[in-house]
Amino acid sequence: MRRYDVVVVGGGPAGLAAAVAARAGGRRSVAVIERDDALGGILNQCVHNGFGLVTFGEELTGPEYAARFADAAREAGVEVLLGCMALDVSAGPEGPGVSCVSAEHGVERIGAGAVVLAMGCRERPAGALGIPGFRPAGVYTAGCAQRMVNCEGLLPGREVVILGSGDIGLIMARRLTLEGAHVACVAELMPYSSGLKRNVVQCLDDFGIPLLLSHTVTRVEGRRRVEAVEVSRVDGAGRPVPGTGVRYPCDTLLLSVGLLPENELSRAAGVELSPVTRGPVVDDALMTSVPGIFACGNVLHVHDLVDYVSQEAARAGEFAGAWADGARGSGRTVPVAAGAGVRSVVPQRVDVARMPDELVVRLRVDGVYERRSLVARAGGEVVARRRRDILVPGEMEQVTLRREVLLGLGGVDEITIGLEA
Amino acid sequence: MGAGGAGKKSDKVLTCIRCPRGCRITVALGADGEVEALSGNACPRGDSYARAEVAAPVRMVTTTVPADGARDVARVAVKTAREVPKDAVLDVVRALADVRATAPVEIGDVVARDVAGTGVDIVATSRAR
Repeated sequence: MRRYDVVVVGGGPAGLAAAVAARAGGRRSVAVIERDDALGGILNQCVHNGFGLVTFGEELTGPEYAARFADAAREAGVEVLLGCMALDVSAGPEGPGVSCVSAEHGVERIGAGAVVLAMGCRERPAGALGIPGFRPAGVYTAGCAQRMVNCEGLLPGREVVILGSGDIGLIMARRLTLEGAHVACVAELMPYSSGLKRNVVQCLDDFGIPLLLSHTVTRVEGRRRVEAVEVSRVDGAGRPVPGTGVRYPCDTLLLSVGLLPENELSRAAGVELSPVTRGPVVDDALMTSVPGIFACGNVLHVHDLVDYVSQEAARAGEFAGAWADGARGSGRTVPVAAGAGVRSVVPQRVDVARMPDELVVRLRVDGVYERRSLVARAGGEVVARRRRDILVPGEMEQVTLRREVLLGLGGVDEITIGLEA
Repeated sequence: MGAGGAGKKSDKVLTCIRCPRGCRITVALGADGEVEALSGNACPRGDSYARAEVAAPVRMVTTTVPADGARDVARVAVKTAREVPKDAVLDVVRALADVRATAPVEIGDVVARDVAGTGVDIVATSRAR
């Protein structure tokens, strides 16, 4: 059985950053398992720019950002197993390991001192929406259309309606327009865009594409191919208002209605998942509920910016490496809970004795708020506060917890992060 | 969509992208396209964004072109080497309709020169072997 100090499942931005960090300049053996024939993950089809502003101080395209990390992994001596599909991750009595299959080696078990889960996420599919009407050809997820256009050179349709204002949908509105298609509108169920403001402006406003907030698709027409969709206004509870339907003749409906962390392997490994983030529950070391199995990137929680994925993943790689070396925490963690106005926090547990001097907790709010403070409290005491002029669910927020402050309280049972005036 | 024509006053409405608030900023333009008044921005960053955006809006253009002779990919991703005037974006993609790259392609290779008369080159952002 092959054995590495750290095995990373997934060769996208998270997996690559984790692998480089775990390698620690050659001190540890590290392998990345990637089912595709190339490293880089979904970044390879994200040909637009805007990646890397935080990491490199310049706006790179997705493939450029991916190439920098893929090159870094190879230069660091990370072993890359391409065309290799992970079938099972588990932590048995002999330690963690990954079963995988490839054309080269068949089915094999790879042993590890620690495993990092970095499988990314998947798009919420049409079947999850329950749109009335037939199921004709011409309904695609936005990311599927992105792959067709950018990698295969195929145009999915000429007259397009997009449901959902997720970033990939917005990016594809521009992309399809540049390729000669006409995008009639983007309909968003919520009263606010779920994508970044920059994308609304540069992908929709620039091309005069209307964004219909509080609207949804209420019917798909066409038996063999989409012929039209009906878009209706929704009330405050998200229910379509009868009589508000407008018919848009079109041949294509794109869906950009959310991303779901891809946790089949995690679930089978017995990793506890959060019903809110749909990713693993992790501690400050980004370790899951199964000792020796770590998680980072979009499999942990869906990010807006890849730069933060890289930062988070590098930490997961460091801690996974330390675990493989034999480092263990204090054995006592306390919960980090989402308070008023906060939908989710990551990490959900902290080992105060072991945590880094500064721990970044990433979170999302549950609505649009103006002029509030993100406040972390432990036993009623304020341990961190961050003033924000505006908070929206589409943009991830962060609060930094300081070890020194928490230790100074002399015993913490729970940390709650919520919005206060 | 440049500034209003010379000799005519006009208003332009922009959405600021400096932060998630997304202020709607109304810019009153004078006869020569100069900024006469600005309203709707919650902070000074909106002011600077709006002034730059009405004076000379520019955009990066990213797309893909076919990769002839490549074994690993069908297309390579490309971008304008720097930003081009916003008005030229559609001209740039039209000019690229007939452009092809030949493998091997390395990131940064020039795929087309002076695209659509902008003086800007098109460079590869992905590899082909």
